[in-house]
Amino acid sequence: MCTVTHPGIMSSIQDRGRLGYRAFGMPVSGVMDRYAYTMANILAGNGRDEAVVEMTLRGGRFTFSSEAYVAVCGADMQAKLNGKKIRNWSGFYVPADSELAFGYALTGCRAYLAFSGGIVVPQVMGSRSTYLRAGLGGYHGRALQAGDVLEIARVESLPVRPNELARQAVPAYGNDLRLRVILGPQDDLFTEGAVATFLNSPYTISPRNDRMGYLLEGQALTHKGGPDIVSDALCPGAIQVPGSGMPIIMMADCQTTGGYAKIATVIGPDLAKLAQAKAGDRVSFVACSDAEAVAALIAEQELYQMACRASLSAKNAPLRHTSKGD
Amino acid sequence: MDQVRMLKAGEQGVVVEFGSEIDPTVNSQVHRLAKVLTTEMPEHILEVVPTYRSLMVYFDPLGISRDILQEKIADYLARLGAATSSGDTIRIITIPVAYGGGFGPDLEFVASHNSITPAEVIAIHTSVPYLVYMLGFTPGFPYLGGMSERIATPRLKTPRVKIPAGSVGIAGKQTGIYPIESPGGWQLIGRTPLTVFNPSGQSPFLFAAGDYLQFAAIEAEQFAALQNQVASGNYAPSVRHVARTEA
Repeated sequence: MCTVTHPGIMSSIQDRGRLGYRAFGMPVSGVMDRYAYTMANILAGNGRDEAVVEMTLRGGRFTFSSEAYVAVCGADMQAKLNGKKIRNWSGFYVPADSELAFGYALTGCRAYLAFSGGIVVPQVMGSRSTYLRAGLGGYHGRALQAGDVLEIARVESLPVRPNELARQAVPAYGNDLRLRVILGPQDDLFTEGAVATFLNSPYTISPRNDRMGYLLEGQALTHKGGPDIVSDALCPGAIQVPGSGMPIIMMADCQTTGGYAKIATVIGPDLAKLAQAKAGDRVSFVACSDAEAVAALIAEQELYQMACRASLSAKNAPLRHTSKGD
Repeated sequence: MDQVRMLKAGEQGVVVEFGSEIDPTVNSQVHRLAKVLTTEMPEHILEVVPTYRSLMVYFDPLGISRDILQEKIADYLARLGAATSSGDTIRIITIPVAYGGGFGPDLEFVASHNSITPAEVIAIHTSVPYLVYMLGFTPGFPYLGGMSERIATPRLKTPRVKIPAGSVGIAGKQTGIYPIESPGGWQLIGRTPLTVFNPSGQSPFLFAAGDYLQFAAIEAEQFAALQNQVASGNYAPSVRHVARTEA
């Protein structure tokens, strides 16, 4: 059992998302940064779809009444176990009666706390993700609060050795992001100049950014006609441009349909990077082809596979040899 | 179907666009393609989302390339184009509604705005089934088409902070149901005791895009009894299956 003694700024239970109900208007939700999420589960020795705690900007404090094995990935929130600093992007053993405390994010925006075995909350429509606006999923459909008790599923043999992600798999979070986009579906509704502006001038992330979307500020983008279209489907990564000309990038909790023209869509692997950006960070866009996007997806999968193999061999290595062989 | 366009929505989305207008014929093409894809669910297609005039097809780009997927979709379109729509049925779902009073506080306003009586508003609102063009905005929210302009009424100047789930409203020429409690600016004319969205239910949604909704007036006194039946699982909404051409 794990008790939330302080929830941080905004922490919620998320998994890979609620897929299969978008035809009914149900947003996908799920983690904002699928890369850090997947790595946290791998380092915790889990399958890739277990529910985790997603923390935003400032993490929470957790006490453990029984032993556990957890992993921390994503934004560096200066995690400390019983007052002792622990390495980000690693899995580690937590003895009974421990406290795990997070502070402000030194880099990035969202940190993921995965528990070996996973968090036990009921599945709602096939997912444990919290969808705050409808108050469903996760922990009673809401963000975590002080006093909440998270039940952790028992695992047959808890790992003990620390499990650190290889350095080449740890992303660097800067304040300047280059996001690859596939133009469309409605880039033809913008002036040629607008598409060139979109691809050549940097934008700044405004304070209006959350799990639904990131509003950007910068050069206005001009539509050939008006900004409105007959509403069509909207996916995370889609870049809507309303009448103001300022792009809005849709994120995990975005609605399933929308009525503004979409100039482009951020590719999945880069959307994970955007989830680690915060107000004031700068974003620029570069057009990419389907082939380049697929290559990025394959590269992402290869990093997961590498981490899985490393995780397995760490688990199988004899306990006493911790000082050698890594 | 020669004007069908296939657009890119990221590396895992194809938008199959049948037109640029809100039109029942265009929308029925969307739903016919959605139906054949969800029934046969070809490999590597993850999910399809029907909207007014296009179908979003989400796919796994590590399993199938966009080009090959688009060829497959074109094959389905050719098949659908060749087939007559006979044998293709649609569902008409009856939605009982208690109109006026506390259930529909704006019924009187909608009547006076259109210079008719509240009874006439109810008669017009229940006179025809409405096409669910698509669902969106909130989980289960239906974008309905086909309401008479004789009861069209602008939105409230100041939206309400809280509208109970099941509220039936009018906004301009549109009518709809609020599936979950939410803020909103629609003129509320009634409320249904049915549960439109039940996330823990076997089938969480009462209706799907492509269905038709037929509102039916009930007395205010019947509301609580029906609500109890719904809560105890003893209420099955009336559903009629009719050939698409009859709708």
